[in-house]
Amino acid sequence: METATLTGGFASPPIDAARAFRAIMEAMARPGTLHDLDGCTPPAPLAPATGAVILTLCDADTPIYLAGNVDCPDVRDWIAFHTGAPLTGPEHCMFAFGTWGDLMPLNRFPAGCAEYPDRSSTLVAQSEKLCPEGATLTGPGIQTQAQLSVPDPHLLQANHAQYPLGVDFIFTCGTQIAALPRSTEVN
Amino acid sequence: MTDQAYNFAYLDEQTKRMIRRAILKGLAVPGYQVPFASREMPMPYGWGTGGVQVSAAVLTPEDRFKVIDQGADDTTNAVSIRSFFERTANVETTTKTEDATVIQTRHRIPEVALSEGQILVYQVPIPEPLRFLEPRESETRKMHSLEEYGLMHVKLYEDISRHGHIATAYAYPVTVEARYVMDPSPIPKFDNPKLGDNPAIQLFGAGREQRIYALPPYTKVVSLDFEDHPFDPSKADHPCGLCGAENSYLDEVITDDAGGRMFVCSDTDYCEDRQASGHRGKDAA
Repeated sequence: METATLTGGFASPPIDAARAFRAIMEAMARPGTLHDLDGCTPPAPLAPATGAVILTLCDADTPIYLAGNVDCPDVRDWIAFHTGAPLTGPEHCMFAFGTWGDLMPLNRFPAGCAEYPDRSSTLVAQSEKLCPEGATLTGPGIQTQAQLSVPDPHLLQANHAQYPLGVDFIFTCGTQIAALPRSTEVN
Repeated sequence: MTDQAYNFAYLDEQTKRMIRRAILKGLAVPGYQVPFASREMPMPYGWGTGGVQVSAAVLTPEDRFKVIDQGADDTTNAVSIRSFFERTANVETTTKTEDATVIQTRHRIPEVALSEGQILVYQVPIPEPLRFLEPRESETRKMHSLEEYGLMHVKLYEDISRHGHIATAYAYPVTVEARYVMDPSPIPKFDNPKLGDNPAIQLFGAGREQRIYALPPYTKVVSLDFEDHPFDPSKADHPCGLCGAENSYLDEVITDDAGGRMFVCSDTDYCEDRQASGHRGKDAA
């Protein structure tokens, strides 16, 4: 086993995961806001923020889907060693990781059911660029409106139209994250 | 030395991850009750096991933690939960609402307006607002999924036909973002207007019933009512006996066995702050 597989995790898992979760929770509670998320060095092509999401939220209870070029031996081994999360296809995953393009189409992912809308995937899309400009966001967590550079607004609108069903998004870029829950309206 | 034998914030990491995932789904669907695998905690059910688990999942070493029980910082429940996290998470604690970053509460929302960056964690006994109308979980799930809340309005209407007004005084049901009817935990209905459009994140944990739900900041929350019987956040018609506050929520305290009583703020921090800045009520010593 490569050394790179065994290293790059949180230095102090309980403390680092607690701090990372607060950043993820603030992002999910206030859609459109950017937060720093760091503390680990995952193998390429995973960004540090994507790695931190994996270490904070994934474990043996969460089937995950690796889309496109993040599905490589280095990443598979790193996730297996640090989290023990089983890999699966998009139809049964709780978390999916990849670029926006690789995650498409969205209708492959579980969107929950009427009685349990929480049984839906969280899609973690790694982006080239993440900044507070672009599409206008409104909804819970946003006082008046927010702006975020999201791809394909019409797909996000279709996802929101299923509310309370739908998938939730976390966007990562380097050491930054933002989130877009299904409750957010995108214009 | 036993404290060092526990993981940060008491719970093991896998449990915290499970709770954290439930919190995120709760925030994504405001007002919807997310099932979670509640753990046995070193305290009995009814003493805030749900709130404690949510607090354990969100606390970081940098936080300042406050616990209130019916508004008071100095009751048994508040003191013991505060010292629990002092020992297991090594966090600073405070009784000042403005200084706290995480506030765990049993049945009150602090009088002082909360701000961005604060998290309010509620202890919830019965998370299902429809439970006393329909005991079967399979049915209440279906009612929520179909947005079938007529029964709740019938209950409020029966209040009116029996008492002349809506007599529900606490755990007063609310509609979240025009979708889910939610039990705000047994806070007095006086506190209901503070649920909506609040800059803080509000998380609800029900340990025995194994449910977590959430309100992101600035969520629209409306108390159920009728056009001809609008929602009324009533309170005892007195000023506080100690600090003279006119618009805080009051507890009635029996002072002797000859009918003597006084009304005091239930939020002890708010009351002490006002007294410290010179406000005096009629019963102040």
